[in-house]
Amino acid sequence: MTQSHRASSRFNVSLEQRAWSIRRKALLMGEVQGQGYIGQALGIADVLAAAYFHALDYRADDPKWEGRDRFLLSVGHYAIALYAALMEAGILPEEELATYGMDDSRLPMSGMASYTPGMEITGGSLGQGLGIAIGMALGLRRKRSKAFVYNLMSDGELGEGSTWEAAMVAAHHRLGNLICLVDFNNQQADGKSTQMLSAEPVEAKWRAFGWHCQRVDGNDLDAVVGAFDTARAVAEPVPRVIIFDTRMCKGVPFLERREIAHFVRVEADEWVKALSALEEGRPA
Amino acid sequence: MTEASRARKHEPRKAPVTAGGKGPTTSAMIASLTAEGYETIHAPFGHALVELARRDERIVGLTADLGKYTDLHVFAEAMPGRFYQMGMAEAVLMSAAAGLAREGFMPFATTYAVFAARRAYDFIAMAIAEENLPVRIVCALPGLTTGYGPSHQATEDLAIFRGLPNLTIVDPCDAVDIAQMVPAIAAHDGPVYCRLLRGRVPVVLTRHKPDYRFELGRAQMIRDGRDVLVIATGLMTMRALDAAVKLAQDGIGVAVLHVPTIKPLDRATILEEAGKCGRLVVTAENHTVVGGLGEAVATTLLTAGVTPAFRMIGLPDAFLEAGALPTLHDMYGISTDRVAAQIRAWL
Repeated sequence: MTQSHRASSRFNVSLEQRAWSIRRKALLMGEVQGQGYIGQALGIADVLAAAYFHALDYRADDPKWEGRDRFLLSVGHYAIALYAALMEAGILPEEELATYGMDDSRLPMSGMASYTPGMEITGGSLGQGLGIAIGMALGLRRKRSKAFVYNLMSDGELGEGSTWEAAMVAAHHRLGNLICLVDFNNQQADGKSTQMLSAEPVEAKWRAFGWHCQRVDGNDLDAVVGAFDTARAVAEPVPRVIIFDTRMCKGVPFLERREIAHFVRVEADEWVKALSALEEGRPA
Repeated sequence: MTEASRARKHEPRKAPVTAGGKGPTTSAMIASLTAEGYETIHAPFGHALVELARRDERIVGLTADLGKYTDLHVFAEAMPGRFYQMGMAEAVLMSAAAGLAREGFMPFATTYAVFAARRAYDFIAMAIAEENLPVRIVCALPGLTTGYGPSHQATEDLAIFRGLPNLTIVDPCDAVDIAQMVPAIAAHDGPVYCRLLRGRVPVVLTRHKPDYRFELGRAQMIRDGRDVLVIATGLMTMRALDAAVKLAQDGIGVAVLHVPTIKPLDRATILEEAGKCGRLVVTAENHTVVGGLGEAVATTLLTAGVTPAFRMIGLPDAFLEAGALPTLHDMYGISTDRVAAQIRAWL
């Protein structure tokens, strides 16, 4: 049994500790390449901790188990964060962390289904995950499965027309087994999302499209867990979306204070500093 | 389009005077491709899909508001629980088909060829082809089969899709090809793009070769001839056969090799037939001469060192006019008469 599998099967680990471990693994992968979408990974770690250690049903030793909840990474460049979560969950061995982004690695810098166990789809061409999630949700319903389909997307993807096509179709087909997770970190390639192409009022948009919508602080674990519980428990057969307001670089104060950009620059000597800073905030 | 031709298009017109019992020509032939002299079958795709779906529970159908115009309505009526209407949303049509395939279903997704090739390309590329998922994309109005103008004329779909790895591409000639291709592509483990003739579709191939059967990936000789070899695909195989019959009356022997699978191309058969000495080789396709069958055959011949006299029949590298199909097919050189005339001129 690998070390990661032992860690993942321990139940006396708090979600706070899980989120911390996800951040740490993401930083270690960033250090391997000297780059990576570390700002996004640190920001979404709490949502992933709640997903993999509270909301999702899966079997770590059988990533293709038919009864699993599907977790789709539409925003492919968040792969570094999802790999960290999959390692924490015991789906990927932690030892492979050192291969991140290297030739012949199972952990490419943008997530692809054909490379990585537990990676359901190939994301990265933004605005595609939600449509694929619709097909999977329709398929699961045909199979009378109780599984949910989760699609993690970024706020930037709200600018893609295909997102809103999918939003209409999901509501029309009354897909109560579909839960969309939007990381609203207000950051996309060219600047702040709200200044590039504002999706606000974002909750009103989803509601107008027929979705059950919540908006919570994505770095407040209690709020995140509550939102997952609420989304799963909605009685009406309507698709559900949770908007998570997250902070880029959360957990590493000196990076949080840095001028935030889509691709956060971390100097060679700063990875160790970042890991030390994270260590200081390690939950008890 | 030049300024002069644009200005000419805007000049006022008079209604044509119809004479000699000949009705006016219209551009409304959007539904069927009817051909004089051939028996037709109604909605061969829809009926073949229903028949297959009765045997295979995994088959589901999806469309983006074009069920009636891709013959998928036949399936929707027979199996309403297995039909998904996506509305006018081609991106989600392709993505959702990918998701259904991921869950073990066998989706047939239909729209017009222009919308699949142009609008939904990235979704086909990334959600379906890159993942090698068994989604069958079946598209009506291929090439010049409508007079509605460039918005509906998929004159470059083969060029667009030929560059996409993993994708199998089929351009059937007639109702025989279409009915038999449905189970063949369903049995293929990977994504397929099919051009579709719908409505009343002529029965062509078995008229010329009674024992003809569609085989995925295989080119087949439909008739032999000593002077010219026409390598044709889609409805141009019908035009090539009709032209061959005409030219035979003038003592010109025209062989016709039908290539319903554009990718992967049956290079062996093409090389074998083109390598037979002395014949002029002509490709014929309902598609722009850029990036379609003609260029694929030319590459095959040249890289193998087979260099017969070679000509291409296809649509010009241009946005085409609106009008009645017979007029347009004559104008752009893909009518039977024009095919025959071009071949005669090249000899």
